[in-house]
Amino acid sequence: MLIKNVRILGGEAADIRIENGVIAEVGALSGEGLDGGGLIALPGLVDLHTHLREPGREDAETVQTGTQAAARGGYTAVHAMANTSPVADTAGVVEQVWRLGQEHGHCDVRPVGAVTSGLEGKHLAELGAMADSAAHVRVFSDDGKCVSDAVLMRRALEYVKAFDGVVAQHAQEPRLTEGAQLNEGVISGRLGLTGWPAVAEEAVIARDCLLAAHVGSRLHVCHVSTAGSVEIIRWAKSKGWDVTAEVTPHHLLLTDACAEASPVGPYNPIYKVNPPLRTAEDVAALRAALADGTIDAVATDHAPHPVEDKETEWGAAAMGMIGLETALSVVHEAMVETGLLDWAGVADRMSYRPARIGRLPGHGQPLEAGAPANITLYDPSARAEVDPSGFASRSRNTPYVGMTLPGRVVATFLRGRPTVLEGKLV
Amino acid sequence: MKHLISAADLSRDEALLILDTAEELSQVSDRSIKKLPTLRGRTVVNLFFEDSTRTRISFEAAAKRLSADVINFSAKGSSVSKGESLKDTALTLEAMGADAVVIRHSASGAPHRLATWVRGSVLNAGDGTHEHPTQALLDAFSMRRRLGRLEGLKVAIVGDVLHSRVARSNVLLLHTLGAEVTLVAPPTLLPVAVETWPCQVSYDLDAVLPKSDVVMMLRVQLERMSAAFFPSAREYSRRYGLDPDRFARLHDDAIVMHPGPMNRGMEISAAVADSPRSTIVEQVANGVTVRMAVLYLLLGGAI
Amino acid sequence: MSAAQNSSRNPHEVPPSQRAVLEGPDIQRALTRIAHEILERTKGATDVVLLGIPTRGATLAVRLAERIAEFEGVKVPVGALDITMYRDDLRLRPARPLGHTELPPGGVDGRVVVLVDDVLFSGRTVRAALDALNDVGRPRAVQLATLVDRGHRELPIRADYVGKNLPTAKSETVKVYLAETDGRDAVVLLKEEQR
Repeated sequence: MLIKNVRILGGEAADIRIENGVIAEVGALSGEGLDGGGLIALPGLVDLHTHLREPGREDAETVQTGTQAAARGGYTAVHAMANTSPVADTAGVVEQVWRLGQEHGHCDVRPVGAVTSGLEGKHLAELGAMADSAAHVRVFSDDGKCVSDAVLMRRALEYVKAFDGVVAQHAQEPRLTEGAQLNEGVISGRLGLTGWPAVAEEAVIARDCLLAAHVGSRLHVCHVSTAGSVEIIRWAKSKGWDVTAEVTPHHLLLTDACAEASPVGPYNPIYKVNPPLRTAEDVAALRAALADGTIDAVATDHAPHPVEDKETEWGAAAMGMIGLETALSVVHEAMVETGLLDWAGVADRMSYRPARIGRLPGHGQPLEAGAPANITLYDPSARAEVDPSGFASRSRNTPYVGMTLPGRVVATFLRGRPTVLEGKLV
Repeated sequence: MKHLISAADLSRDEALLILDTAEELSQVSDRSIKKLPTLRGRTVVNLFFEDSTRTRISFEAAAKRLSADVINFSAKGSSVSKGESLKDTALTLEAMGADAVVIRHSASGAPHRLATWVRGSVLNAGDGTHEHPTQALLDAFSMRRRLGRLEGLKVAIVGDVLHSRVARSNVLLLHTLGAEVTLVAPPTLLPVAVETWPCQVSYDLDAVLPKSDVVMMLRVQLERMSAAFFPSAREYSRRYGLDPDRFARLHDDAIVMHPGPMNRGMEISAAVADSPRSTIVEQVANGVTVRMAVLYLLLGGAI
Repeated sequence: MSAAQNSSRNPHEVPPSQRAVLEGPDIQRALTRIAHEILERTKGATDVVLLGIPTRGATLAVRLAERIAEFEGVKVPVGALDITMYRDDLRLRPARPLGHTELPPGGVDGRVVVLVDDVLFSGRTVRAALDALNDVGRPRAVQLATLVDRGHRELPIRADYVGKNLPTAKSETVKVYLAETDGRDAVVLLKEEQR
């Protein structure tokens, strides 16, 4: 197969020949093929943080619909978070999720294993069994909950060294966030919503960096949301410690002010998320950190919820936003149009580095001869209002509804096979 | 004016119109026939998700004095306690043809959400730790009646500001009306970023009292103690309670207010609460009048 | 204090082209005559209460009371009765500011209440005033005084004292200006296109 006239990482026009799911040749090639029309070619995106909800909450999302959403967003691999029902804390559950991903084939699904049994924060789950299973779990996380017990966190960090795993921490000091609803600051005070202090995240990140250094293990910090967290991670990296971090698209674009004034009215829980949307200063710090590499990756934290869990008063609503189908456009808006990242930088933060952090073979490689043909074709000149009715996700809880965002994923190829063409699922 | 959800929604002119309207309506309470035909055929629903007999009765009396039909919908023992969502409740009220919904809810912002689901007017009768605008209006009304003005008035609001919807609404409304508010509380009971509010902040009640024209004491709930907001009721009372000694330090024309219900002996001593300079009882009467004014201005014309 | 009382107009806003059907002296004469008629009809006005309908009716009531006091030395209690809350057309417009109601200290029970308004037109204002009056007491009798009766009644209501009967087309508007609120005394007839 031949893809003609694409601009790899936004560079000069080139053609890509694919054979047996692998890129065979890149350059000015002869022959007939799919006309790329000057679209940008990126390596297939890799998400470190996706909630596919299956098993247990198939009303919100399934492996099928979630991976369809991923493909439409330009992703060729996603890490499926462990907070399903039952929790992905055994080899059996992670293999089930992995197998569902294989069957549907819209993108690769790499399950994340729970750190503690039932996400209860009391006993380590069988991390080794999950690592050794067919799912090859390498990322472990109690995401949604924090591994707040310092001893348990230390043990988990140590234990996963045996199979080159990583603990992805959801940093949230539980006592400081009891009943918390919105970033603690001007807006929370004005709206009378219980504050969610930045320190509740920063204190745990600081502790975990120190623990990871102490036991010589790898730490990954989920959804960094504050300027203070960025400072701590920058400091830990300067020490040479093996700490990586991710930021969500929504924390790169939206602020807590959305809870007060937005196109969908005040107190609309479409903006309720964990960790909460922060201030404009935090957004600026996160963008700078992603640009300079302090934050390694963009991860969607795609968190589908059925309508009834969001059409409520703020306090009663579920936390989370979907993000797979808008992630690249949001990064385009927040990072590329602001001049903070070029397309090579986008490839690094949304494909190369997440694959490396997840120890995910066959993904996150430069579009060169010999690499797996995981390719995303992106039209940077498009600009459209976000219309959730066209989403593949089963849920509609996007915070970008009514916003105009740049760019459009035109095609996605998984090992040479198109999963999306002309913006539509294949 | 379509809804009354936040005191911040009111311009100075709108707020004064409500107070002036209330002033005219206050005569109705003095006559033998305490009823006006104005809202005949209008339906007002009191939708109370929290127990608050005082506020509900006040709104009910106000609506009835204007001849509106009143439906009381208490969440306890209703379908709401069986899991019906606020939205479904809203759609039910909509189907009943509610022209206005008076909502009391434990979740901040619930009235904003309700307003997106019903066509009628929404009146916030207290939402979580957010706002209670009619309380602020009746407080301003009571102050103006006693002291003759609001412009330049020095008002101290003392107590659990962090959890107080009364404090939030009062700060916003009194600022709009030209009064100068000082919040007085232990630092634990002040919201983060309170310095961005249009008011002064102090931790020292004794320093604020002598220059205050109005001292508004907020209810302090004892359960805050267990959450470590302050060490003990006794210490709170000693530092922030309005006892006879502190009361004596007020200037001669200053008045004492409390939105109720009071913890006598905690934030306010019985002698102070019952003194002639306390407006606590008239605040209740003024509540009906001010709510009549709000209901009239929301529902009395074309809607 | 009410918003309605603050609606005083700048006299210079009145376009000179408008035809004044009554000028200041005409109004003075009409009020003098009404005052005499009230005295005559109520046999000395001893138990009369004058209640003006805000805004200009209230001003006229005060003027009538002054004249009665001047002619016979009788101090007639005078007050104002706002009828906004009793109007039958509230739903046709946004909520209106209320006028000021002020009953004389003796109330209206057992008295002869003379309602005073500036213009009598459909009769609906008077209907509302009768309802309002009913809620504040039980007068022995109610009479109606109006500076201008412009016809086009929609209810079975008539005035007992009329300053001037003014034939009008229904599309026209009658405006009364009084010195206390408007800076000058005049009754002006506006054609439809001038409204």
